[in-house]
Amino acid sequence: MQQRYTLTAIVFHWLIAVLIIGAFTMGLVMTDIPGLTPTKLKYYSWHKWAGVTILALATLRLLWRLTHPAPAYPNSMPAWQKTAANSLHSFLYVLMFAVPVSGYFYTLSAGIPVVYFGLFQLPVLIDANPALKPVLKGLHFWLNMGLAGCVALHVAAALKHQFIDRDGELKRMLP
Amino acid sequence: MKLTTGALTATLLAVAIAASAMPLKTDPAKSSVAAVFKQMNVPVEAKFKKFTAQIDYDAAKPDAAKANVEIETASLDVGDPDMNKEVAKKEWFNSAQFPKATFVSSAIKAAGPGKLTVTGKLTIKGKASDVSFPLAVKTDAGKQVFEGALPIKRLAYSIGEGDWKDTSMVADEVVIKFHVTAGQ
Repeated sequence: MQQRYTLTAIVFHWLIAVLIIGAFTMGLVMTDIPGLTPTKLKYYSWHKWAGVTILALATLRLLWRLTHPAPAYPNSMPAWQKTAANSLHSFLYVLMFAVPVSGYFYTLSAGIPVVYFGLFQLPVLIDANPALKPVLKGLHFWLNMGLAGCVALHVAAALKHQFIDRDGELKRMLP
Repeated sequence: MKLTTGALTATLLAVAIAASAMPLKTDPAKSSVAAVFKQMNVPVEAKFKKFTAQIDYDAAKPDAAKANVEIETASLDVGDPDMNKEVAKKEWFNSAQFPKATFVSSAIKAAGPGKLTVTGKLTIKGKASDVSFPLAVKTDAGKQVFEGALPIKRLAYSIGEGDWKDTSMVADEVVIKFHVTAGQ
């Protein structure tokens, strides 16, 4: 019997996965809407709320992960694959923080604070900064492209383990 | 020759008299007019880049004061060039048809030290209404500094038509905040 991730870790994983895919898709859709429409403004707000939620969940998830080690990889996995998997997981963790943080500072540099769910304003850590705004916009975009690349590799590797290696690795993360 | 000198003196005198009765000169670098509103509860402060403020004010006779402000509606800077273009469109300011928003005072009354109550006509997007608001005045480096805030309801002036009437997207309450520095 293969050891699995804890139920908490599994919930964190899938919840964050859904939120990341949602926020990412919304980011692409909303920036594609021409002009100014209420829908566009709504998507921007939702996108920011999703990002902040991901950041909060990622923080809790990291604390959980640091105190609850991941189950071992299948014995059949070569050492280089274990190293590659560990590196990719590290990248995913870094980007889980870097992407929402870059977006948060991007909107602050534009002079627009985040009002979470329209209820309370989150800290304004920097002043509006027109010079910084395009830099953060680019950074947010490219970090997202990096995240998309890492997620694609992550999914491809999981599918390879499931359907080619058939080593039960994916079961560790299934509910 | 003597006649010419006399005429010149008279002209200069006339100019000097006219100057003392002229309105204060606004210092654009130390003046600003901004619209403060909430977009999905997010506070936004946007400045009008182009406006003129003519204020005729004598601290000794505050009740004789007059104010005339003209704001170029297309100059509202919401922080993004593309968005600025949107704001000038028909649904918002319709700047092509109504390039200027104006305020003309009808009465200014002293309301305590350094305080005035200003009444007048505010016209935005072709819709005029009578408004009254408090104005603070102080002297800074020999110039008069006027500071005030005028709360309005944007829908009363049809600012934001169609889908934009939805006040859950952009609140109806908008505060026009201004700070005008003017001197002789």
